[in-house]
Amino acid sequence: MAGFREYKIGSRLFALALGGSMTITLFLPSINIASVSSTDVALTKQLAIGHETGFNLDDPLMLGRNKPIGVSLKTDPKSGQPLPNAMEVYVYEAGTSFPAGILHPRILGEGIEQLSVQQGHIGDAKKDTGAVFTLDKGTYQGKQATFINNLTATKGWTPADVMRVAKDADVSDAGKGKTMFVREGCWWCHTLLPEETQDWQVFGAPPMLGDFNGESPTAFGSDRKAPDLLHVGSRNSSREWLMMHFFNPRLVQPHSIMPRFDYLWGDKDADGKKIDFDKWRAEYNDYREGRRVTPPDVPSYAKDSEIRSLIDFMLSLK
Amino acid sequence: MLKYLFAKNEDIPSGSAAVFFGFSSIVWFVIGTGLGSFNAAKLAFPDFVTGNEWFAFGHMRQVHVMAVIFGWISMAFAMAMMYITPALGNTKLWSEKLGLWNCFLWNVGLVLGLTILWAGITSGREYSDFPWPIDLYLATFVFIPLGINVWMTIINRRTQGIYTTNWFFAAAIFMVIIVFLVGNSPEFFHLTGLTEAYLTWWFAHNVLGLWITPVAAAIAYYTIPKVTGNPLYSHRIGHLHFWSVVVFYSTPAAHHLMSAPLPEWLKSFASVEGVLILVPAIAFVSNIMLTMQGKWYMFVENIEVRFTVTGCLMAIPLNMQGGFQQTRAINWYIHGTGWIVAHAHLALLGFSTFLEAAAVYFGLQTILNRKLYSITLANLHFWLLLIGFTVYWVSMTIAGLIQGAGKIYEVPYIDVVIAEHPYMIARWLGGSMVFSGNVMWLYNMWMTARKGTVIPQGRMAHELAYER
Repeated sequence: MAGFREYKIGSRLFALALGGSMTITLFLPSINIASVSSTDVALTKQLAIGHETGFNLDDPLMLGRNKPIGVSLKTDPKSGQPLPNAMEVYVYEAGTSFPAGILHPRILGEGIEQLSVQQGHIGDAKKDTGAVFTLDKGTYQGKQATFINNLTATKGWTPADVMRVAKDADVSDAGKGKTMFVREGCWWCHTLLPEETQDWQVFGAPPMLGDFNGESPTAFGSDRKAPDLLHVGSRNSSREWLMMHFFNPRLVQPHSIMPRFDYLWGDKDADGKKIDFDKWRAEYNDYREGRRVTPPDVPSYAKDSEIRSLIDFMLSLK
Repeated sequence: MLKYLFAKNEDIPSGSAAVFFGFSSIVWFVIGTGLGSFNAAKLAFPDFVTGNEWFAFGHMRQVHVMAVIFGWISMAFAMAMMYITPALGNTKLWSEKLGLWNCFLWNVGLVLGLTILWAGITSGREYSDFPWPIDLYLATFVFIPLGINVWMTIINRRTQGIYTTNWFFAAAIFMVIIVFLVGNSPEFFHLTGLTEAYLTWWFAHNVLGLWITPVAAAIAYYTIPKVTGNPLYSHRIGHLHFWSVVVFYSTPAAHHLMSAPLPEWLKSFASVEGVLILVPAIAFVSNIMLTMQGKWYMFVENIEVRFTVTGCLMAIPLNMQGGFQQTRAINWYIHGTGWIVAHAHLALLGFSTFLEAAAVYFGLQTILNRKLYSITLANLHFWLLLIGFTVYWVSMTIAGLIQGAGKIYEVPYIDVVIAEHPYMIARWLGGSMVFSGNVMWLYNMWMTARKGTVIPQGRMAHELAYER
């Protein structure tokens, strides 16, 4: 670089300064962050939400494709006998990408990694046949630890077996719902980060260091214009309330500035009838201007609609 | 401009790339602030254009941010680099053709990226919202060609040393390329969890701190001496500014996550380094103010000086806020509130926009050899920007303090929303003033190119009297 010849010292100092700054701000923190073990929250989130909920090649239009299905399993899928306690299992149908912790067990943390690989056989999970996972308790070097159990390998339960016995009311599309959360920009106003110094009473406990292993994007949000949602499912678990709130927030909270998300209902309601949005809006305007006593009823959503998955995701935020 | 894309380099008139970049940046400014005003209207009146995915706040918010950062601000930077770098090296731009292609591909990439973003297809990471193929496109066809052109122009200069402005230009492009490639690595390599969260803010901090702030300042180091005729007060202070940006300001990324679970040493380190922003800030502002000695009448009479000095003056509250609001003592109160939104607009719409606007005003007149069409419109532009911004900044700062109080006293959130309503209306009015000012600016510059009085050989634009 002839033109920078008289700047030999300057160029070297520049490299030193920038390299030093990147060492301190990238390399050193990466040692700390890499040593953080997953909490149960992180393990649950990973299994429920799957590989990636931002832009990714498996779901380039962000329609919520390629996502796991959460099932609250009440029946043994092999024997057909009722289970003593309902089990939370996560069904990855054939072709669904596995979350980061299954692909790279190292990020799960010490103990969890060994148990998940040795007892949970997560290394045997195959994308082209799919797998069913759950969380189990085990012991590693005398200490109790939660680990990921690949039920397809340990019990022979295939995704098809589980889906055959799963009732719709027991199914959660939270993974698809997180995609909706990211796509619709909910996180521009609703944070997922109760702050460490305040926020405890209303929004609940701030997250722990290990609550995020394997999650992407974390979508903390930075510009809070609305309540924090990290624990919203614990505060409000009413599907009906959420449904009305998403269709038109002013139905349940007259002062809300949240946009209407009625377009997430799609064309058809739960009964397969076409939803007449124009009529609904006209009737709502009549209600708002005092020409109607009650607002029009919110159409019930179809079970494969985008709004259903978003509500499932809300309810998964415990 | 398009006809020159396939011309021979030597047939392309000098300054074509700067003109193409200049007009592109103004158009993006109009689009970006128009979207900002529209978004603000939705926060004030939630049922304004509703029930449609394409006009939902969550789909449009990031389009506004990316349009102003990568359309207006970065293209205005490129415009400044295209004419200032060669002028300071007493040479021509290394390749006008590369500059034109750079601008063309930049516009194409931005239209593509913003359309995708508008559809909701996003990485879900603030400031690095673009999906990774767009990030790679921007690195390859936007920043690397820009860097090659600027670096080669500096290498081929016909002066002995390199002037302050050009150190900043050369270093900032280098740094922004690194920041783009490293900051987006969670998307390229699917890094997850806290690594993803931290790198999101590492990118966001550094794209502002190592790209927007230093390049804006570098522009002022050119504009003020050039237009006032005074030499820069001190190159030594310029050195102090440059080195303190590189050493201190590349490190405080973690102060954006002060209330998040990150290693505590990292937060403390970032916070202390963050206060040191005052070193480059004071160096820069004092250097420019002292350069103005004896020429303060130009602050009143000359539009470029007025824009630049106003921008520099705004750097004072900007850096006082920036230095201290990220300390734990203050951050817990204002984190995640409208205060931060006000601060971000003070940085981008206050400080940096005013410096770039001056460079675009000055550069377009110089390259086109035409006197500004109308000083009346330029004055209106200035005051609409300044008053509109001030209304925005004051209202959002108050809204942020209300939010902060609501946060620490754990007031039911809806009461905070109700209390903020008047400030949301004020914010929208301020934003709309900025937008209308920019529409006038676009008209004014267009008319300057068409109808502005031709500047005689050997004269500078500001030596001629304004006519309208």
